Amino acid sequence: MKRAFPILGVVTAALLSYALYEALVVAPTEATMGDVQRIFYYHVPSAWTAFLLFLINFVASVVYLIRRNTKADIVALVTAEVGVVFCTVVLITGPIWARPVWGIWWTWDLRLTLTLVLWLIYVSYLVLRRFSSSGQTPLLAAVLAVFGALDVPLVYFSIWYFRTQHPSPVIGGGGSLDPRMGRVLLINWAAFLCFAFMVCWSRYRLEHLHREVEEMQALESMLEAKSGSAS
Amino acid sequence: MNYLFAAYAATWIIHVFYLTTLVRRYSRLRKEIEDLQRK
Repeated sequence: MKRAFPILGVVTAALLSYALYEALVVAPTEATMGDVQRIFYYHVPSAWTAFLLFLINFVASVVYLIRRNTKADIVALVTAEVGVVFCTVVLITGPIWARPVWGIWWTWDLRLTLTLVLWLIYVSYLVLRRFSSSGQTPLLAAVLAVFGALDVPLVYFSIWYFRTQHPSPVIGGGGSLDPRMGRVLLINWAAFLCFAFMVCWSRYRLEHLHREVEEMQALESMLEAKSGSAS
Repeated sequence: MNYLFAAYAATWIIHVFYLTTLVRRYSRLRKEIEDLQRK
């Protein structure tokens, strides 16, 4: 597995460069918005990646609640953290795209507000995990993650069932996306998925190592206390 | 064009920032492991 990591790193870097080239050079220029529409190739794949990571976080949290499995707990933590990073990208690139197209940076539209709420829920999840030292923290975090995941379908389907400022879905929602744009979108999503997988993998190893060190430190302080009381 | 550049740059600044925090956390952990090994 350790050998696969640098290979995957090279593949991801190549895929990200190719995806960037496709987004900036190969994809056709949209007739109404012009070049600024190319933000779409980073904004939408980042949103899909964040949704997928939050979905994995939900599954891992349910597994943890049922089996109290440490690996599931680590997967839940890692996917929430990386998901928040991708969700941050969505919340930053969205307003940058909205300004030249809508004439405003932000509006309290249903899709935008629910996405902000989603981000806040997972930031709260990470704050809970970072600052709570109770033994019940993984359990509380798993419960929060299960409730937090309810917001993901709300965000996704908000543009299907409600009239909002945000554009209608371009894929599977009756939208008419140019097939060449669809191809570039999928290439960029594949590149972001590879990148997210690599980051999650590194973060998983880091968390695993962190917990091992914590166990060793606890053991060491226990031994020190014992030797102190014996003398 | 400026907005396009800003969006792409912001994306990579966010990702690089996060990766930098991971590298920092890893080096801190390496130090802690070295300290434990010395004891």
